[in-house]
Amino acid sequence: MDLDLMLSSLPKLLVAAVVTLKLLSTSLFFGLIIGLLFAILRINKNIFINKFAYGYSYLFRGTPLLVQIFIIYFGLGQIEYLRSTFLWVILKEPYWCAIIAFTLNTGAYTSEILRSAFQTIKPGIIEAGKSLGISNKVIFYKIQIPIAIRQSLPAYGNEIILMMKGTSLASTVTLMDLTGVAKYIISTTFKPIEVFIVAGGIYLFMTFIIHNFIKYLEKKYSFSQ
Amino acid sequence: MELLAFGKTGWGDELFYATLMTIAVSVTAMFIGFIFALIFTPLKLSKFKFLNLIGNFYTTVIRGVPELLVIYLFFFGGSGAIMYVASIFGYFEYIEINAFITGSMAIGIISGAYSTEVFRGAIQSIDKGQFEAAKVLGINKFTQFYKIILPQMLRLAIPNLSNVWQITLKDTSLISVTGLVEIMRQSYIAAGSTRDPLFFYSFAAVLYLMLTYLSMKLINRLEIKYSRGY
Repeated sequence: MDLDLMLSSLPKLLVAAVVTLKLLSTSLFFGLIIGLLFAILRINKNIFINKFAYGYSYLFRGTPLLVQIFIIYFGLGQIEYLRSTFLWVILKEPYWCAIIAFTLNTGAYTSEILRSAFQTIKPGIIEAGKSLGISNKVIFYKIQIPIAIRQSLPAYGNEIILMMKGTSLASTVTLMDLTGVAKYIISTTFKPIEVFIVAGGIYLFMTFIIHNFIKYLEKKYSFSQ
Repeated sequence: MELLAFGKTGWGDELFYATLMTIAVSVTAMFIGFIFALIFTPLKLSKFKFLNLIGNFYTTVIRGVPELLVIYLFFFGGSGAIMYVASIFGYFEYIEINAFITGSMAIGIISGAYSTEVFRGAIQSIDKGQFEAAKVLGINKFTQFYKIILPQMLRLAIPNLSNVWQITLKDTSLISVTGLVEIMRQSYIAAGSTRDPLFFYSFAAVLYLMLTYLSMKLINRLEIKYSRGY
């Protein structure tokens, strides 16, 4: 055990953890919007809209995140047309490519979580709203969405933790996130175990915080029996 | 399509063998995962606090740390650890373990943590009466497990194990960083030498979709088989 190395690498790894958190929060924010959008499309009765949303989630859940990042970072640059548009400003940055890949990936999983939450809402609740003369729009925004969000909290908590682990793949496109810096320190010092303990400890700490935060939210928004 | 030709002119045969490699690594990793689950599930269900702690430590750490970090630990630390053990037995030569074993071990340990959770959940949801009835009938622990608990447990565990399999299959793409030539690595090589990354990475995505789709179909059949009578 090399305690000096562990202590000296801790500040570097903590700085890198900020990059990880930035990647995570940005992609979760956009991913939630996309997920909600596609969940609404999934419960649409029009078969084409429905199939389109299903295709999106199937595609992104059936392939590894690494492939998705590589297609966006290495692949899209190949299209000449894209290079001439303003999109290129975003797509040439590995940071934004990683964010786009993570957003689309977590969006697919989130849409599935929200869809199943929408479908488990008891029809009686919606019928009660209708019989009280509440408009469909208000029923959707004020009744269905809050219940669905509460319902999907535990599954969404898991998704946040999975996504946090997913951000480690940003290191494959030259970003120096927590895993990227950890790998760099390992490959220069050849002390994998020490670095793993410190970097893994930071990840576990973040997992712990997220886990407890979701638990707190679950308790706060639980239905009073 | 020329790019996918078999033989020397295209990448078809290379990608085909790479797909077989992905399947081989996934199956090996899943199997290693089962072995880990067989060791750690009893620990998690044990009455002793200390054994519980070991079991929980394993599943919490592995499920809370990115897969890539675990792979780096094995990639950079694997041969060092083996050499350390060998040096205790008086062997000081350099030992290199191949990428297949390192990769399967790393993915296997990750997959094992998920399998452990699945088995624990399945056993806990079996009615207590089943254990008691077996005890009353004087059936020994071994027969009780293999003939009574396991068949019921499998029915409950298969849908979740199918998720674990999908996760394992997709995780194998990460061991391309160690240089093992599976789908991702082969696409990387092909993309590099043809300067056509969009095509090869998209094709890799198609290969993965095919693998997940086919395994889904197979697992559905298993599910039907084990839920007979329900």
